Parts: sequence; structure tokens; C-alpha cells
Amino acid sequence: MPPTEPESVQTPTPVTSVDLRKEMAEVGIAEVLDELDRELVGLLPVKTRIREIAALLLIERIRKQMNLNTESLTLHMSFTGNPGTGKTTVALRMANILHRLGFVRRGHVVNVTRDDLVGQYIGHTAPKTKEILKKAMGGVLFIDEAYYLYRPENERDYGQEAIEMLLQVMETQREDLVVILAGYGDRMEKFFQSNPGFRSRVAHHIDFPDYTDDELLSIAEIMLHDMSYKFTDRAREAFVRYLDLRKRQPLFANARSVRNALDRMRLRQANRLFHDLDRVLGVDDVMSLDESDVLASRIFAPSGDGVKKPAGNG
Amino acid sequence: MMTNHGNRITQGQFSFLPDLTDAQITAQIEYALKNNFAVSVEYTDDPHPRNTYWEMFGMPMFDLKDAAGIMMEINNCRKTFPHHYIRVTAFNSVRGVESPAMSYIVNRPKNEPGFMLQRTETRGRQIQYTTRAYVTDKPAGERH
Repeated sequence: MPPTEPESVQTPTPVTSVDLRKEMAEVGIAEVLDELDRELVGLLPVKTRIREIAALLLIERIRKQMNLNTESLTLHMSFTGNPGTGKTTVALRMANILHRLGFVRRGHVVNVTRDDLVGQYIGHTAPKTKEILKKAMGGVLFIDEAYYLYRPENERDYGQEAIEMLLQVMETQREDLVVILAGYGDRMEKFFQSNPGFRSRVAHHIDFPDYTDDELLSIAEIMLHDMSYKFTDRAREAFVRYLDLRKRQPLFANARSVRNALDRMRLRQANRLFHDLDRVLGVDDVMSLDESDVLASRIFAPSGDGVKKPAGNG
Repeated sequence: MMTNHGNRITQGQFSFLPDLTDAQITAQIEYALKNNFAVSVEYTDDPHPRNTYWEMFGMPMFDLKDAAGIMMEINNCRKTFPHHYIRVTAFNSVRGVESPAMSYIVNRPKNEPGFMLQRTETRGRQIQYTTRAYVTDKPAGERH
């Protein structure tokens, strides 16, 4: 191997002026942000925060080129919000943004939960956590439902060991990996209260709001479009009513509930078509979800607005 | 030995070069990862050339994307065994190859006393030669 030259030889003379637009085009950050705007419905506060972070990172990059003093940034984040609000999806985009700006080297996301980090017996946790950390190096470590790591009711719980290792790596190897913690708002709040070390090491707290009815409808339309399905006009009206009823039920999981509802509607549509074997089907027939496919849902059952069946995913 | 001044043992790749810097080791690991080799860290305090199987420091590392994780493990090993030989091995698991594709030393003891050439006279005044590392006079763990 040819010996690598000392870095000082390779560094070009510091630039004194930078064309911001050109710089943005060069790293392709504008595309990612536009994609984020286009493909993710709603989530305005999230998009604003991501834009702000991207701006900070871009300026930091330019400062580096100008040989100005750059403190190494803390990029660890926490995403809080109700289920199905797009935390994982945004984490993937975030990894892409960080990678393009050169703040993580590979840009892959390692998605873990408590089970992947915490062991079953004494001495099992440290190697397990270390394994995951090594896999995540150069990318983003996404810890879903992070509050499960900390179980205050059991003082001999091994979660604490994983937390300590995480904190140490988050502090000492900031340039090697970015940790994103995700979970429901109130429980994350409690988690941070009992682990102040985490709060101070996480620089960006982003809250994901619930979707409005209109946003849920457009999410449904996008999902259907991706699956080569569509609503008939009457089905769309029925679906708006469906959403309204479903939201009032417990265990409503935003976009995830929408996806599940659509899957069930596809099932009903297939059954409806299957019942009439003598028909010749056109492309339109196979693509369209009808009003009856929506209205067959248990939510529309007359018995007390379906409220009686809370377990119903409807 | 003529080309090996200073009694440094020369096993594996790059062993006639000056010790690799951390940046160079990282670059070599990145090459291994690019080729989908499984990298592992091994150590020993017996420098004999026929000592093929060194102790493994942790499991071989599969599914890694970046060299930083392996560097972390190397530094851990250096901290635990500062006076041992430590090498990085990259295993190529492609069917038909299934053997180490790279192997190089990343840590060596400060003092390497070298080897003794032992001559044994056997039948018909025939001479048998064997090498023996001076350090192996001492028990394992107290050698360097």
C-alpha cells in the first residue's frame, strides 16, 4: 500500500467565497428536501425543523471549506409522536440528508428496539449492544420505542447497561454515528426525565403532530396510487366518513391505520369481484374500490357506532 | 536475517514496512469491507511462524458497513493486550475460496527478542534445524 500522505499536504488552500446555490446543488440537498415535501403529506413542523438542520449542516460544511473553526456538531435526535406519524420514514430521509452533507460516512440506517440491545442474562447485554453499535457505525442508529430501555420498576434490569454504553459512544464517537431515539411523546418525556444524560446529548427534539382528516385522505390516495388502485367518487366520500369514525376509536395509528383499512378494502373488493364469476373484468373494475367495499367495515355497524368493539381495527 | 533488521517478526501483509498508522489500517479495513470479507481481530504472545491459530478477540464481524466499528475493537484489544501481537484477518467466504484473504499485524510488543536457531545432530551426523522464540521460555502471559 502506498503510504497515505499527511493530511496537511492534501488540504487545498481555504476558499474565501462560496456560491450557496451552487454548493446546494453540488451536495444534492435541495432534491432530498423537495422529495421530503412532495412525498410526505403534512408534518409541517417536522419539515421546518429538518430544513433548519439541513441549513445548519450546509453552513457548517462551508465553514469547514473556509478553514474556520468548526465545533463537531451533536446530531443525535429524538423523534416523538403518536404511532403512524412517519417517524421511521423521516429517519430514513434524515440519514440520506446527513450522508449527502458528509456528516455520516455511509448513510445506512440500523433500526433496533430494546430486544436487539438488551440481553437476557448477566454479561449478555454489553456484547449485544456493542454488536449493534458496530453495525451502525458510519450511519444512523434508529432506536424505536427507546423508553423501553429503561425499566424503573426493576432495578436489576439490564437496560441500564445498554443505556450507559449508548451514552458513552454517543459522546465519544460523535463523528462515527448519529443516534435517533423515537417513541410516543409522553413516555419519551418520562424517559428523558429519568435519564438526564440522554436529554443533554440529544440536540434536536422533533415532535411529530397527528395528521388532519384531509392529510389522511391524501395519504390514502397516494398509497392507493402506489398500489395501482383508486377510489370511486362515492367510495371516497364513504372513506372520509370512515376516517371520521375510526379516529374516535381507541388505538388509532394514523397512517398505519389507513394502510390497514386499505388492505381490508382490497380484500373485500377481491371478494366482491370473485362472487360474480360470469363477468368480464376490465382494468377499471380491478382498479376501483367501490363504496360498498368501504361501507362493509365494522365501523359502520349500527350497534352504537362501532364504539363497542374497541379492539376493532375496523 | 538479512532483510529483517531489528528482529521484527514478519508475518502477513505489510510486515516489511514500518508499522501501519491507524489511518492506513482503516483504509485496509475499508478495502476488506468493500470486498465483503468478514474482519476479525486476533492476538497472541507466541510469535513462532508455525503458530497459525491465534486467539480470537471477540467474534468475527459480519454485516459491518464502516471501518470505525472494527477500529473500536482493535483499540479495545490493544488496551487489553498492549504487549501482545495483534493482527487483523479478513475472511473471504465466497464458495471455493473460504479462507483468509488478508492478514496483517497491527500491534507488536516493544521488545522482540527474536528466534534461536537450534541445531540437533541426529543419525549419521545429520543436522536438524529448528527455530525457537526466546520469549517462549517464559510461560504464556508473562512473555513481553
